[in-house]
Amino acid sequence: MDKKYQPIIGMETHVELKTKSGMFCGCKNDPDAKKPNIHTCPVCLGLPGALPVANKKAIEWTIKLGLALGCKINKLSKFDRKHYFYPDLPKGYQISQYDMPFCYQGKVETSFGPVRITRVHLEEDTGKLIHQNINGHNVSLIDFNRSGVPLVEVVTEPDIFSSVQAKEYAKKLRQIIRYLDISDCDMEKGGMRLEANISLLNVKSQMTNNKSNSKFKLPNYKVELKNINSFRFLERGIEYEIERQREILESGKTPIQETRGYNAEKNITFTQRTKEEAADYRYFPDPDLPPINISEKWLNEIKSTLPEPFDGLFKRWQEKYNLKPELVELLFETAEESKKLEELFKKCIKEKLSVEKFVNAMVHKKIKTIEEFKKMTNIDEVSDDDLKVIIEKILKVNPKAVADYKAGKINTINFLVGMVMREAKKKIEFQRLQDLIKSFL
Amino acid sequence: MSKKTLSTEEILHIAKLGNLTLTEKEVELFKKQLSSVIEYIDKLQEVDTKNVEPLSQTTGLTDIFRKDEPDEKRTLIPEEALKNTKSKENNLFKVKAVLTE
Ligand SMILES: [Zn+2]
Repeated sequence: MDKKYQPIIGMETHVELKTKSGMFCGCKNDPDAKKPNIHTCPVCLGLPGALPVANKKAIEWTIKLGLALGCKINKLSKFDRKHYFYPDLPKGYQISQYDMPFCYQGKVETSFGPVRITRVHLEEDTGKLIHQNINGHNVSLIDFNRSGVPLVEVVTEPDIFSSVQAKEYAKKLRQIIRYLDISDCDMEKGGMRLEANISLLNVKSQMTNNKSNSKFKLPNYKVELKNINSFRFLERGIEYEIERQREILESGKTPIQETRGYNAEKNITFTQRTKEEAADYRYFPDPDLPPINISEKWLNEIKSTLPEPFDGLFKRWQEKYNLKPELVELLFETAEESKKLEELFKKCIKEKLSVEKFVNAMVHKKIKTIEEFKKMTNIDEVSDDDLKVIIEKILKVNPKAVADYKAGKINTINFLVGMVMREAKKKIEFQRLQDLIKSFL
Repeated sequence: MSKKTLSTEEILHIAKLGNLTLTEKEVELFKKQLSSVIEYIDKLQEVDTKNVEPLSQTTGLTDIFRKDEPDEKRTLIPEEALKNTKSKENNLFKVKAVLTE
């Protein structure tokens, strides 16, 4: 694309938490339910008189995610009603958060620059619509199993400038959420849903109009690309949108502010609903749900459950074990799994095996244990004490090599390593032998 | 506050938000009724709230939570859940198509 237009993208990501029960009711949270409408109750069906009560764990996990994203946490928070009519929303409103979200002002780092997080808030999921044609009539069928499942929304500032960066951001966010073990983020099952707000900035006109100001003014429209269920579709959908909007702008018009869907088969975006007027959700505090104080004590309790920061872990492993993040990230998802992995690294060090080679073997040869790794590299079990006896013997019968080494011909050590291996009749890690021999010289 | 009568557009907008279809007669009727309701509510503007904190709750309760435990005693079986709907299909609620490409 030419540099006349700069894509400006913000993202909204919905993630279903994997609590055992619903956000405001005791219905089982079961994304794998085999039959429709088997997990419903008066609360999540919106029957008159039903009273919602907030799930404490869902609140704690939302705050945990906020903390992991470097957010500030509101000391006082509440739930609000967001009103709109849609058949997947039985109450006629969704319980969400309006002006007092649990978390705000965070950040996710990408290789293209930081993406600021505007807010992280908690709401309830809606039912699932299935579109079908029955006896020649187009109908929508509704399954409320999903209705009332805790749903976290992460909103960014318009800090994303390409489809590739959008994909990187979304993948990073999924990694962080999975690392915290609060959601499976299964995109095929709708456990993670992506939305991108896309517009194009006319760079040239901005430069002439806005010389003194380094900050750009946002375009006067945006197109919302909704319900994308894969990273590849996100990238392609944004690419398509950029091209579509560029053509409209080139013809001297402004794209309509609207919601569009992505059709993966045709690789196009299509109009879902034109916003004739600004959405009128008539938010107000839900009188059924008392406000929530996030005390210093409670916040500290939540903080104490946070694992080592995700980015920090990779940095530390790179420094300590010389591990490439893009390789080792393939080996774990949750913080718990990362701990188990590091136990293996420590065992490697203890046995004088290369962690780097071990990780390589785990990724490329699909091995899982140190025993498998040893078998693969054919390294025999032999104790330091046994080796020391052999080394002493070899050094005694090769005085010339020893003298040469001490005189500065350090390559002589390779000869000595070979001699020790031959004497031991075993395969032993080269580095380990070299270090042992050096300790004698 | 000055007296204000809601316009036809405003009434239709409110009806749309409530998913209601109104006849012309009803529009005229609600114009008068809703305007007087608003006027009545406007009385609240007379109260001096300069030193009053905004309030979102009157029960005085805070921090009411439930433990994350399924409570299947309250779960409805599909037949119960769908009992009051006229339009259903294989234990699913059925409505006119809401999304067409
Ligand atoms: Zn329920």
